[in-house]
Amino acid sequence: MPEKLKVSSNPHVRSKATTSQIMAAVVIALLPATGFGIYNFGINALILILVCIASTVLTELLFELLLKKPITIGDFSAVVTGLLLGLNLPATAPWWIAVIGGVFAILVVKMLFGGIGQNFMNPALGARCFLILSFTKIMTNFPDVGDGLSGATPLAQIKAGNSVNIMNMITGHTSGTIGETSMIAIIAGACFLILIGVIDLRIPGSYIVSFVIFLLIFGGHGFDGPFIAAHLAGGGLMLGAFFMATDYSTRPITKFGQYLFGIFLGIMTGIFRIFGPSAEGVSYAIIIGNLIVPLIEKITYPKAFGEGGERI
Amino acid sequence: MARYTFTGGIHPYDGKALSKDKPIQEYLPKGDLVFPMSQHIGAPAKPVVSKGDHVLRGQRIAEAGGFVSAHIYSTVSGTVKAIEPRRIVTGDLIESIIIENDDKYEEVDYPASVPLEDMSKEDIINCVKEGGVVGMGGAGFPTHVKLSPKEPDKIDYCIVNGAECEPYLTSDYRRMLEEPEKIISGLKCMLALFDKARGIIAIEDNKKDCIKLIKSLIKDDPRIYVKPLKTKYPQGAERQLIYATTGRAINSSMLPADAGCIVDNVDTVVAIHNAVINRQPLMERIVTVTGDAIAEPCNFKVHIGTNYHELVDAAGGFKEEPVKIISGGPMMGFGIFELDVPTTKTASALLCLTKDDVSAMEPSACINCGRCVEVCPGRVMPKLLAECAEHYDNERFVELGGMECCECGCCSFVCPAKRPLTQSIKSMRKIELANRKKK
Repeated sequence: MPEKLKVSSNPHVRSKATTSQIMAAVVIALLPATGFGIYNFGINALILILVCIASTVLTELLFELLLKKPITIGDFSAVVTGLLLGLNLPATAPWWIAVIGGVFAILVVKMLFGGIGQNFMNPALGARCFLILSFTKIMTNFPDVGDGLSGATPLAQIKAGNSVNIMNMITGHTSGTIGETSMIAIIAGACFLILIGVIDLRIPGSYIVSFVIFLLIFGGHGFDGPFIAAHLAGGGLMLGAFFMATDYSTRPITKFGQYLFGIFLGIMTGIFRIFGPSAEGVSYAIIIGNLIVPLIEKITYPKAFGEGGERI
Repeated sequence: MARYTFTGGIHPYDGKALSKDKPIQEYLPKGDLVFPMSQHIGAPAKPVVSKGDHVLRGQRIAEAGGFVSAHIYSTVSGTVKAIEPRRIVTGDLIESIIIENDDKYEEVDYPASVPLEDMSKEDIINCVKEGGVVGMGGAGFPTHVKLSPKEPDKIDYCIVNGAECEPYLTSDYRRMLEEPEKIISGLKCMLALFDKARGIIAIEDNKKDCIKLIKSLIKDDPRIYVKPLKTKYPQGAERQLIYATTGRAINSSMLPADAGCIVDNVDTVVAIHNAVINRQPLMERIVTVTGDAIAEPCNFKVHIGTNYHELVDAAGGFKEEPVKIISGGPMMGFGIFELDVPTTKTASALLCLTKDDVSAMEPSACINCGRCVEVCPGRVMPKLLAECAEHYDNERFVELGGMECCECGCCSFVCPAKRPLTQSIKSMRKIELANRKKK
């Protein structure tokens, strides 16, 4: 008979999934897009991504050391933030932009609000929008990738009324931020996350569908296949819908609320892209969406099982 | 094959392979037997024997302390050694009768049995009451109370719960495989009480042999059906089972009878059969002794009151040092800190594990992933409820449906941050229920 037994409240077994595994899975899912970005834009893309990751992880570590809090960098969440931020920078940006972005993302957006799970806004997108507003020129200076568009993103071309090469947009051989250009690479990673159950299609699905419906009604092109395809493949829509709108901390936790959130993002993205001055709108749509999450959760709180004693 | 189910739930490692092929063996106790006066929900039973009395097997040693209560019978012959508080699986000290076993198993003369057709409804309920039958799935609700709903003619279904969704447990499985006729007979006793009712035997589809066997035995009975359930935890939770088999959803403040259902666990139905047909009180139950620390996992037919220590020895002892010992299944059982406790009417298993998942993983901050919401069969939001509980916010806890939690443990199981969600919610529910009682 053993001397001492462990005693605890039920349940006595736990699933194998951990926070670090989930975050590591997201990093793995982002590798195709990262790899393609580096191939497409060259060595500076790799440097920027590494600087981003280093600055997010170091910021979290230093913050926790200074405030004598438990060290949480082992959960890889800061790595995900750094990687996403890197993928959201133009490859021409200088290294210090990556540092400023990384520090802002972790310090201001994440840690000051209580760390993992407590931030109300996606840290990578919060930092990106901060950088766009503060260093507009640097952040909108996209490199020429030899597709004959001399550094203009496909969405900017469409906005200017020019035609674009859809095939190049799907494979990713266009200009844009480091990680957003290749639809194929992003979807491959997203499929991996959906298969292992880290994300589901509720938000990306309702986001993309409502965005398409918005384009059909307000796009001014009617049912124009190439136009819609270009809008889907162009800009940050795919990266945003699958990797940023699905961020656990900043999306509603209720099932029905997730559909509402996706629809809201679709409409906001449509408004920004069609009626706004800029060609892109995903980042702003998502961070504004993040802000209304508490309201969405409030109105979509589920009915408990058997509430009202209904006979089904 | 149509499979009936509910939304939510989990698929934990089921560990049933350890003991599912081990036939039930009767275990005769060697040491003293301990009979706690509270083995059921409701008023504790009152001892009717005193120290030094000689008792027989099947003799009543304590009588029900009220309407919602149950008699307790000695399961051996011997001498009452003491009546004193003893530790039970939950860790509580409960007034208990201790009987020294004389190894003779002399039995009382049971009343002559009467064919079911000749019994009135009152007779049947009375037999169940006299037999000290309680819900043996875990809750221990006195069965005669369950069988006496306010409006008996509104009962449409009598459901036998053979889901056995808890991992590791195989006691119901062996019972269904080895003594199915007793289950069917017990169900017929229940159906005799409710003229309109149909009988459902609900079995998870990981027990295909049981489904086949029982289907073949009831094929000529127009009132009884077998419903295969999808294998998923907590398929056997009363409210989820009623929903899966009948499509009726009840909330925590309703009784199954409010939805026209009576649900009883496999062992309970066998106890009803014994009490009504054989006029024998509840004295035995099947206990699975299993886990990776046990040398030879077994399914024992146990004389209620037998010490857990003896069961471990009978199962070959420990082949490895256990780190955690659980009375019941790993999802809803009680972690115990000593083996020197008695089996009771509600003890379904003794699980000895060499690894403890709970202490192996440190809880970290919630990442809002929503897995707890996905799996919650009560369709509430464990994450938010646990937050309310941690801040002692009773009002919001109740507002968010905290009282609808059935404490099944799915949320804690899936949580990647390893937060003790069920524990927080459970504690808060206890506080809230205590507050309500005060008012």
